[in-house]
Amino acid sequence: MIRDTIATLVGRAIALFARLVTAVQAIWRGADPLDRRQRIYFANHASHGDFILIWTVLADPLRRRTRPVAGADYWGGGIRRFVGRDVFNAVLIDRTRAQDGSDPVGQMAEALREGASLILFPEGTRNLTDADLLAFRSGLYHLARACPQVDLVPVWIENLNRVLPKGAFIPVPLMCKVIFGAPLRLDVAEEKDAFLGRARDALLALRPVREAA
Amino acid sequence: MTARSDLLTVLAGIGVVLLVASAIGWALRRKLSPDGRNEAVENLNDRIRAWWVMVIALGLAFLGGKAGVLLLFAICSLAALREFMTLTNATRSDHWTLVGAFFVVLPVQYALIWHQQYGIFAIFIPVYVFLLLPIVSALRGETRNFLVRVAEMQWALMICVYCASHVPALLNLPIPGYEGRNVLLIAFLVIVVQISDVLQYVWGKLAGRRKIAPALSPSKTIEGFIGGALSATLIAAGLWWMTPFSPWHAALMGAVITLMGFLGGLVMSAIKRDRGVKDWGHAIAGHGGFIDRLDSVVFSAPIFFHLTRYFWATG
Repeated sequence: MIRDTIATLVGRAIALFARLVTAVQAIWRGADPLDRRQRIYFANHASHGDFILIWTVLADPLRRRTRPVAGADYWGGGIRRFVGRDVFNAVLIDRTRAQDGSDPVGQMAEALREGASLILFPEGTRNLTDADLLAFRSGLYHLARACPQVDLVPVWIENLNRVLPKGAFIPVPLMCKVIFGAPLRLDVAEEKDAFLGRARDALLALRPVREAA
Repeated sequence: MTARSDLLTVLAGIGVVLLVASAIGWALRRKLSPDGRNEAVENLNDRIRAWWVMVIALGLAFLGGKAGVLLLFAICSLAALREFMTLTNATRSDHWTLVGAFFVVLPVQYALIWHQQYGIFAIFIPVYVFLLLPIVSALRGETRNFLVRVAEMQWALMICVYCASHVPALLNLPIPGYEGRNVLLIAFLVIVVQISDVLQYVWGKLAGRRKIAPALSPSKTIEGFIGGALSATLIAAGLWWMTPFSPWHAALMGAVITLMGFLGGLVMSAIKRDRGVKDWGHAIAGHGGFIDRLDSVVFSAPIFFHLTRYFWATG
């Protein structure tokens, strides 16, 4: 009970801090911000704060049942464990596959069956390269195959990698955008590579056009 | 009259103007946009609401004295710097430079005003930061776009911190016979600049024909500029009683402020065009970002500061 209250307060504080630093603006392009249907948000991943930013801009009733999918290796211990498990109710998956029998897609499908929406980073790891987006791992395909009735919403997170780049621990205030695209679903006959390519293109299409320097 | 009663007069005057504006906005909404679909009317009402917030913030800062004014403009600088830096080419190799700009340069500049260190306040950013900033970036070894990145960050600091900080610096000017009333100089500057922006907009809507700089700002017209500048200059002359100036000098100051504000708006529009954005940010409903509202103040503040300092202040 007390733990829940603290978790809620910490969640609010984190969202407020994210807003103060990034003045984050949500742009809904093809998805309805108040649609309560269950969704899988899949986004580009360049910073540990990525799911926090998505979570911050979601309307309250949606926010409460939206769970980020995160690596148990990072969010497994100490204060991060409290934030990951209690505040964000993250679905912690074993990315390293160190243990036999770990089944990330099964865990995610289970969370969806319980009614949650998910925030997922199909690149599988933070993108620390100069490329806009890494190749997608197959998890998104397998999840879409397991739960074909759930909308997949592409979400482009703009600028957060500049706020807190790799190895930095002091965030600089720069303005961020979170852009939600039109939902897509797996076609019955669609092959894995075709689907992952289509999903990746849908995400890349949300990128704001940047001028050449 | 004492400074405080003058200040209250000014604030009450602005309050009346805004009340009238709100009433007009309300009437227009009832007549033209009962279902909230007329964009021009909705934008006007958004703007009026934002004006209320700005005037209340400024009023509270004025009543809070020097600390209040410094805090308000430091926050404005921070918000403006965030908008400007977002549009630059600064990359992750400039991270420490950005940390320095936001968390060292900005607070130091305002601390120098607090401690009345005019000598170092006037050269801290254009000399010391100008030299030290590129060193921090150079040490990271990323050479791609180096000149562009450094120049952009430097300019962001000049506009958003250095120039903006000249507004609260007006508090430090020792003007004989005007002791304790300097906050009214800020009120004069802000009122004239903002009213000139509004009047140029109104004159442009009523009589605007020939575009002044179609490539930069399609809404600015010669008629709008002349009408707005002249009427704002007249208003500046009418506000002479809150300044150390005579009515003629107040009019002259008003003209200078208006001209610099107008040109500053053009420069900042050019930057927005270059970067392909319509507004600097989205913080203020109806206005865009902080810089969209501050651009003309920022360009006129240093000129107004130095003219006042040179001709009216001692020491």
